Amino acid sequence: MSDDHDHHDGHDDHELRVSKIRSGTVIDHVRGGQALNVLAILGIDGSDGEEVSVGMNVPSDRFARKDIVKVEGRELSQDEVDVLSLIAPDATINIVRDYDVIEKHRVERPDLVEEVLSCPNTGCITTGDEPVSSRFEVLDDGVRCGYCETIVRDGIPSLIDT
Amino acid sequence: MSHSLSATQNGEIQGLGKSQHERMRHDHLITSKQLSRADIETVLDRAAEIDADPSAVADRHANSVLGLLFFEPSTRTKMSFETAMKRLGGSVIDMGSIESSSVKKGETLADTVRVTEGYADALVLRHPKQGSATMASEFVDVPLLNAGDGAGHHPTQTLLDLYTIRENAGLDDLTIGIMGDLKYGRTVHSLSYALTNFDTRQHFISPESLQLPRDVVYDLHQQGERTQIREHDSLEEILPSLDVLYVTRIQRERFPDENEYQKIAGEYQIDLETLEDARDELTVMHPLPRVDEIAPEIDDTDHAAYFEQAHNGIPVRMALLDLLLENHTRGDTDE
Ligand SMILES: [Zn+2]
Repeated sequence: MSDDHDHHDGHDDHELRVSKIRSGTVIDHVRGGQALNVLAILGIDGSDGEEVSVGMNVPSDRFARKDIVKVEGRELSQDEVDVLSLIAPDATINIVRDYDVIEKHRVERPDLVEEVLSCPNTGCITTGDEPVSSRFEVLDDGVRCGYCETIVRDGIPSLIDT
Repeated sequence: MSHSLSATQNGEIQGLGKSQHERMRHDHLITSKQLSRADIETVLDRAAEIDADPSAVADRHANSVLGLLFFEPSTRTKMSFETAMKRLGGSVIDMGSIESSSVKKGETLADTVRVTEGYADALVLRHPKQGSATMASEFVDVPLLNAGDGAGHHPTQTLLDLYTIRENAGLDDLTIGIMGDLKYGRTVHSLSYALTNFDTRQHFISPESLQLPRDVVYDLHQQGERTQIREHDSLEEILPSLDVLYVTRIQRERFPDENEYQKIAGEYQIDLETLEDARDELTVMHPLPRVDEIAPEIDDTDHAAYFEQAHNGIPVRMALLDLLLENHTRGDTDE
């Protein structure tokens, strides 16, 4: 399908590390070390019975090392994956049906992420017992809490609500 | 003013609220960031009318009730809202002491506001948590006014500050110095945001440890094409150019020891000698209470506007309540 999809024929060791999926979503070109955060941010923990495979620190043409996440039987929508841009801005999303990639796109920065991150400001109303879900505005270089307006630029993965 | 008091054109946070929370009405006053120049002028014009002839509005809201929800003590702000509502002919209820209320029993703020909106035509909220007013406004239909949300916003203070500046120096082509604790002073942050609607030169004067937070500077630059922003560690060099000097208190607890505090805070106090180089028309403001930032000898000069500023809280809050209550009532009949 594409030249930067890292499943080159003949690279059997890649195949062993992360097997091909029949139908579902392959999230490729995730920055090394962020695969588990990708799953956390998508709320995928295997409890719904979906088959999930994760490849970490896989050699890559584009980066020295990358992570890959494959979710069998689930086609993730653009809205669902855009939130990944916060931790894996270079990720590519491959929608697979019957072993063929039928759709391939990049993650785009959303304007807003809801119920994904928790506010690091202990003085923020969202950190108490209030019946309110978190809401962050996505800035060019970080995110801003929609309630207390605190801007977070570094360490966004540590804010992922698990 | 219609529904433009919470206009979304330049308020990013309000924009968020709009897209995600349909029930959020556009008749709350949460932050000074939500205020456009037209909004500000509407409020200040109404305040000026009321100031000129308070008797004209003495019965205007005779059947209205204002609910005061103060989750932390702020006697002056509370008294000011109470007086404003009573001078519009309305009445006021509050939740008594927190100690004996449902809040003590662990009730959420969301529940408290949903219950009390049934008792009142508008709510005033003061709460220690940042973002509390934004959240509360998403749960109620009556107008909600933020009277301070922790280190967040205090927009009614901002509006009375703007009113005072307009009365004394005008809001356009203004050179203002804002001095003192700029790091923790929410009054300062709110005022600075609001002033970006006007042609202003803003000079921030503080010790290095109490400079404006970078997030605030970021926002000012984002919003402030019409505004020039400069930071200084001493008043001396820019004092002669100022139309307004806004002084805030540097609190003792910001410093590790008394000596350090005395030494640093002393550099940001003003007296008659300090003001020798100032323009004759310089207006000196302070949100009060002051301790020793402004020597009492300045009180009797034409520079001093801080008591007038405190008094302006009444017409400005009357104007806001009048506009929001009128807006809300009209909105109801429209629907
Ligand atoms: Zn927050």
